[in-house]
Amino acid sequence: MTVTPETQARMDEYRRRYEELKAAGQGQTPRVMPAPTQAGAVLLPPGPLKRETIPGGWYWTTRLLAGEALRIALMDAPAAVSLIAWNAADTSERINYADTVKIQWTAALSKGRVVFSDMGRVMFSIIEDTSGMHDALVGGSTPASNRKYAQGDAAEGAGLRNTRDNFILAAGKLGLDKRDIPPCLTFFAPVRTDEEGRFVWRDTPRAGGDFVDLRAEMDLLVALSNCPHPMDPNPDYAAGNVEAIRYWAPEPSFDDFCRTATREAARGFDNLAR
Amino acid sequence: MSNRFLATPVRDPKSAIAVHDIPAQAPWSGLVRKGQSIRIIDLEGQQAVDTLFYRADDFSERYSSQDTLRVQGSAYVSTGTRLISSEGRLMATVTADTSGSHDTSAGACSCESNTARFGHHTKYQHACRENFLVAVMKHGMSKRDIVPNINFFMNVPVEPSGNLAIVDGVSKPGDYVEILAEMDLLCVISNCPQINNPCNGFNPTPIRVQIFAGADTQG
Repeated sequence: MTVTPETQARMDEYRRRYEELKAAGQGQTPRVMPAPTQAGAVLLPPGPLKRETIPGGWYWTTRLLAGEALRIALMDAPAAVSLIAWNAADTSERINYADTVKIQWTAALSKGRVVFSDMGRVMFSIIEDTSGMHDALVGGSTPASNRKYAQGDAAEGAGLRNTRDNFILAAGKLGLDKRDIPPCLTFFAPVRTDEEGRFVWRDTPRAGGDFVDLRAEMDLLVALSNCPHPMDPNPDYAAGNVEAIRYWAPEPSFDDFCRTATREAARGFDNLAR
Repeated sequence: MSNRFLATPVRDPKSAIAVHDIPAQAPWSGLVRKGQSIRIIDLEGQQAVDTLFYRADDFSERYSSQDTLRVQGSAYVSTGTRLISSEGRLMATVTADTSGSHDTSAGACSCESNTARFGHHTKYQHACRENFLVAVMKHGMSKRDIVPNINFFMNVPVEPSGNLAIVDGVSKPGDYVEILAEMDLLCVISNCPQINNPCNGFNPTPIRVQIFAGADTQG
């Protein structure tokens, strides 16, 4: 490949700009990400709009207005909760894990990060988070992944519940179909990669009292699935109950962390106004 | 990656039953029948090729990056990677890879995500999601059918900290991957137009696609 000096100069300029963005995004984030929320430290405002207990293995759908928050809280035992979401006004806009990790230069979602739609806009802000260990890459359980359990071989419909089928049901109840099911994020699933790129389960403690608070930044349709993550090393299908609580989030301040922590997130918020 | 296996099947390029030259920045789509192999050639090196697969007789079944990553247990696509559908079925297998670093975590670029990543001055630059839209709408699909894809020849290390970034590609001119179709597939490609990161060496270039018949697939 031969390139003209003009092209080479343009390529060099693009590279310089990319290296600058990468350094800012990964090393010198304008504001350092906050520490995890202390369990029990953040009390709910009185009178939450809705409390729902999602039994192990089950799914739940809800609508969130912009400004409402959804608390996903572990109750009596460890659990993992997979989430997908759509723009309530145009369900062709939906959660996009690939854009979420790529735009923010990290697959490690935690307090202070945001979740992007496929349209470059922020859907959720992670305003509180006790664990900071969530999975954005591997996805939820499926009929195939449940075969690792002793009870997993039962006939379809009679076996253990899984996230893929939960999302089919959730989408169906919202008037959507399986073409509308995007890949998911899974909270309380401590998945990372090792030096070789292999996925590993970091066995960080998860217990009742762990929670994550997601503030809706646009009107949303949300589906949650409470099934063990496919990489959970527990040989038993152990899914504790999970509480989902919808409440009005505190009014974001002018220097709201999620809206100002990174240039990428700030631009994702700009896009909400366009 | 220490156990990466690079295979180079012996093929006469003239035995290809179809050859498609895809210009820089352009989309392509075509059918690959069960047993046929599709070879994607990075003609000039360091060129990301964003690729999606749909089951040819039911587009609602499509490539699933998360199922593929879960089944493989690791983040990079190479020889031996089994490409899994949203229904948990084997769609295709990567049977050759002369390059060795392919991504399925970072998805395709779009005008919209470019604005958040690189600034609003990039909004009116061509992007993969535009190519995908043009290609899937030709087949009666829409934006909601576009899912996170495979990025052949795109190098995206995922670090133990979770840090993830697109870095310089390792493909040399003429490097290729070959994918064996395990069911009848519609293959959709965006020859990535991105100029704001190193996935195309900051200078998008043409690629070539060859389809080989099934009978001699294993040589």
